[in-house]
Amino acid sequence: MCATCGCGPTSHQHHDDSHDHHHASHQNNGKKNIIDVEQDILLENNLLAQRNRGYFEGKNILAINLVSSPGSGKTSLLERTLTDLKAELNFAVIEGDQQTANDADRIHATGTKVTQINTGKGCHLDAHMVLHAVQGMKLSNDSILFIENVGNLVCPAMFDLGEKERAVVISVTEGEDKPLKYPDMFHSSTLCIINKTDLLPYVKFNVEKAKEYARKVNPALEIIELSCTSGEGMQLWYDWLKSKVLTIA
Amino acid sequence: MHELSIVMSIVDLATAQAAKHEAIAIEEIELDIGCLTSIEMDSFEFAWKQGIKQTILENATRKINRIEGKARCSDCGTYFNMLQLYDSCPQCNSHLAEIISGKELKVKSLVLPD
Ligand SMILES: Nc1nc2c(ncn2[C@@H]2O[C@H](COP(=O)(O)OP(=O)(O)O)[C@@H](O)[C@H]2O)c(=O)[nH]1
Ligand SMILES: [Mg+2]
Ligand SMILES: [Zn+2]
Repeated sequence: MCATCGCGPTSHQHHDDSHDHHHASHQNNGKKNIIDVEQDILLENNLLAQRNRGYFEGKNILAINLVSSPGSGKTSLLERTLTDLKAELNFAVIEGDQQTANDADRIHATGTKVTQINTGKGCHLDAHMVLHAVQGMKLSNDSILFIENVGNLVCPAMFDLGEKERAVVISVTEGEDKPLKYPDMFHSSTLCIINKTDLLPYVKFNVEKAKEYARKVNPALEIIELSCTSGEGMQLWYDWLKSKVLTIA
Repeated sequence: MHELSIVMSIVDLATAQAAKHEAIAIEEIELDIGCLTSIEMDSFEFAWKQGIKQTILENATRKINRIEGKARCSDCGTYFNMLQLYDSCPQCNSHLAEIISGKELKVKSLVLPD
């Protein structure tokens, strides 16, 4: 997987070990040489995610993976949160973006430590990218790490980054049936933020329907409605964040 | 197109297996892909053609087992077929369910040349 850091070979070692028993069943029935592999395709990513998770836990870092369609307001949410809470909590941010460093610049302007990952054509972050980003960051103990994923509600769903919480953001300018159209993302998230509530008077978005759909996909999902622009509801999000910090302390 | 990352992971996995068994090609590959994963089969097909070029899988025959979604209702215990993650229990309508199958994404077996 990765020639420079050695993380590929190590994790290969892991699954080589755990799958040794399969080679006993290795058949040579005259013609066909069949190998029973029985291996999860995402194993490599999952092992690296576990490694990240262990690192975060060891340093008491609350890692939050932020996912949404492009433009739902992930960066806006971070800008406001970092500005409002920087006196109280210690933050760092990883910005995943296909091309530009615009979002990283916006975070940088708040005075927060930020690392940019450009995925190029890649439509999601994976645990390997996060591992390397984190290696260069010197994260503080007892801090919060936000990871803004690539704007996309499909691909990032399958890739565990090692986060503690996954927050999916939708805005009221999108369809309220987003949870039904992208069930994997809502199924794998722990928090759903409904953003841009300041625009509710102007759009046909039915908040109750959106919540109902989200809970159909994931009955345990927490839901917070807010507006990054007006600030309405932001306190609920801050309370949620602080409750997560308290529980990991 | 996360399907391309998935195909590349399959290529890595197959390459590692072939190296371990000192094989220079792979004749067949068998995959389990659950119906509740977010793998879109048209995209997967497209990604496969792109992803296997000039790899050990280039000439491999591919077999895919689609594994049906099955769940067990956490409220009443009923087992039911789950076509979508938001399907509710046909018995009691609850949305709390434990997924039993349909999330598989794995390389099941490989056939190497003699
Ligand atoms: N009206 C309104 N606009 C918002 C709100 N939050 C974000 N936006 C706007 O939505 C656009 C996309 O926001 P951005 O944070 O870049 O979204 P991202 O792609 O998810 O990071 C920007 O023009 C923001 O100013 C909000 O609460 N209300
Ligand atoms: Mg952004
Ligand atoms: Zn039931």
